[in-house]
Amino acid sequence: MFRKVVINEDYCKSCELCVSVCPVHVLAISNRLNAHGYHPVELLDEEKCTSCTACARMCPEAAIEVYRLVKVSLGSEKE
Amino acid sequence: MAERILMKGAEACAEGAIKAGCRFFFGYPITPQNEVAGYMSRRLPEVGGVYLQGESEVASINMVLGAAAAGTRAMTSSSSPGISLMQEGISYIVGCEVPAVIVNFVRGGPGLGGIGPAQSDYFQATRGGGHGDYNLVVLAPSTVQELVDLMKEAFDIADRYRNPVMVLADGIIAQMMEAVEFKYGVDPATLPAKTWAVGGASGRPRNIIKSLDLIPENLEKHNWKLQEKFSLARKNEVRWEEFMMEDAEIVLVCFGTVARIAKKSIEEARKKGIKAGLIRPITLWPFPEEPFRKAISRARRFLVVEMNAGQMIEDVRLQVCRARPIDFKGKPGGTVFTPSEILELILKLEESK
Amino acid sequence: MSDLTYKPLYQRPKALTMVPTHYCPGCHHGIVHRLLAEVIDELGIQEKTVIMAPVGCSVLIYNYLDTDSVECAHGRAPAVATGIKRAKPGSIVITYQGDGDLAAIGTAEIVHAATRGERITTIFINNTNFGMTGGQMAPTTLIGQKTETTPYGRIPERNGYPIRVSEMLATLTGPAYVARVAVYNPANVAKARNAIKRAIQVQIEEKGFGFVEVLSTCPTNWGLTPVEAVKWLQENMIPVYPLGEFVGGKE
Repeated sequence: MFRKVVINEDYCKSCELCVSVCPVHVLAISNRLNAHGYHPVELLDEEKCTSCTACARMCPEAAIEVYRLVKVSLGSEKE
Repeated sequence: MAERILMKGAEACAEGAIKAGCRFFFGYPITPQNEVAGYMSRRLPEVGGVYLQGESEVASINMVLGAAAAGTRAMTSSSSPGISLMQEGISYIVGCEVPAVIVNFVRGGPGLGGIGPAQSDYFQATRGGGHGDYNLVVLAPSTVQELVDLMKEAFDIADRYRNPVMVLADGIIAQMMEAVEFKYGVDPATLPAKTWAVGGASGRPRNIIKSLDLIPENLEKHNWKLQEKFSLARKNEVRWEEFMMEDAEIVLVCFGTVARIAKKSIEEARKKGIKAGLIRPITLWPFPEEPFRKAISRARRFLVVEMNAGQMIEDVRLQVCRARPIDFKGKPGGTVFTPSEILELILKLEESK
Repeated sequence: MSDLTYKPLYQRPKALTMVPTHYCPGCHHGIVHRLLAEVIDELGIQEKTVIMAPVGCSVLIYNYLDTDSVECAHGRAPAVATGIKRAKPGSIVITYQGDGDLAAIGTAEIVHAATRGERITTIFINNTNFGMTGGQMAPTTLIGQKTETTPYGRIPERNGYPIRVSEMLATLTGPAYVARVAVYNPANVAKARNAIKRAIQVQIEEKGFGFVEVLSTCPTNWGLTPVEAVKWLQENMIPVYPLGEFVGGKE
């Protein structure tokens, strides 16, 4: 299932830089452990996320990809 | 028939390099070989090459590494103190498996020393010099013509093994003028492409040139791989000259300029009926073994003469072991033997039968 | 009739390999590597680029950036870069160096590459210490800053003063672009990206030497969390190392 913020959990090192810059505070460190023993970050609230990409632009591991929900008309594309 | 030109050694060295296909020279001025840089700065732009004066010998050897990593024939030249500065870079060039040519016009040392000619960098050249397990093929010309001939050999050997080659000359060869012939002319565009080189990765996977491996087992493997190259060089690249050795009883062992002087002394000794001969290593590494094997049965004594306090003599000892006495005469610090001085030594040895 | 779909706004740059980095959590090397990859992607120069790896934490940069690379002796990257650029002028040659590599042992090499106007680009990571070897004093360490080798804090009478590399290089004629940036928040990350792009563009346009100093954090050796380290950088480093474009910026 596509989400606005896709986090590659195995790259995340729990540095929390993304958490600190998210303007709507929808990122947080999860309780899960990744393969390297870090608790990866997760997106808490899909609705509140504005796809601003601040998190992706801060991430030192390029672990975050950001998408925006757009309307596409059948037969043509427009935003 | 190639024309003969009267040239100063340092300049002949530079022209030889250019004729061997070298188009990149990076160096720093140091007596007694400044003419190399001056000549290169004039000639390289004429052939579409690059002369760049590095800010130090340290920078220069690293520029050589860069240009060589980009797949070109690149070189530097310097003299003893500058060569000391280059040792780190040389070790890196070996570890990265990149070809390069380094010319050392040896001067008196240690430290700032003097500007007279010497042979006191033999250990530095043949026992690695920089850190790590490695060897360079070391070529020791004794005339300006031979320096010219060996410049092409140096670039060919460097490319063959992907390892730097050192040409070990001295201040006399750098400064004297002799008539030379350039018997070769290599167009660098005709050299086989170096597929491992960096710069312009279109249509191929990327190339990484490095010497680091943090996993000791891997670095050990890499070291053995380098050693295989050196074993191959030991087998295939040895060069030496035998002068009047067919029946020699007093065997001189000399290299470079001293060998040239010693030949005169040996000719004079022969006139007096003394059976003297000369083994002249041309590769100081790999050091020749065969001429010693051949000479040992007839030789009574060996005489090592070098312009240092005793360096090549250790390699001679390794070849002769305790089979025959080895005498030594050295001149460190920049003084030079005369033919009569060496003749005196031979006469003394003949008397002490 | 309309449908909803996800349009990608930010994706992992292509010029980054898929290898997870060995850097500490929150280390700014990762951010700068990523920006360099983004710029390489944008300018379409991946196949032409050769990156000089320094000695320091980023010695393994060639594991992370998918380009040709040459590993250099400590401080010598600008000299090696010079050799490559002169031999293959069509390449885009980039050195990536830390405090020790560039401002200590490599001071001669960077000054001379800059003054020659060498058509190369240097990215200088300033995190006020020698990171890889455990946090010793660097030429960029701040007065009063405690490090492995200034346990009482950097004292001028004993250890001298920090060096402002950007300002120093800006006095030379060779550089075509000199800037100091930081990556401590998204707005500055964007400025840093533009600076890196500009520093590479002056190489492509053959205008001269391009240089970007990036103020960065070193959470592990500073003994701070990544988020605390960002705050420390803003409060302590920016007053000593002001951000800005010193050469070649917009008038």
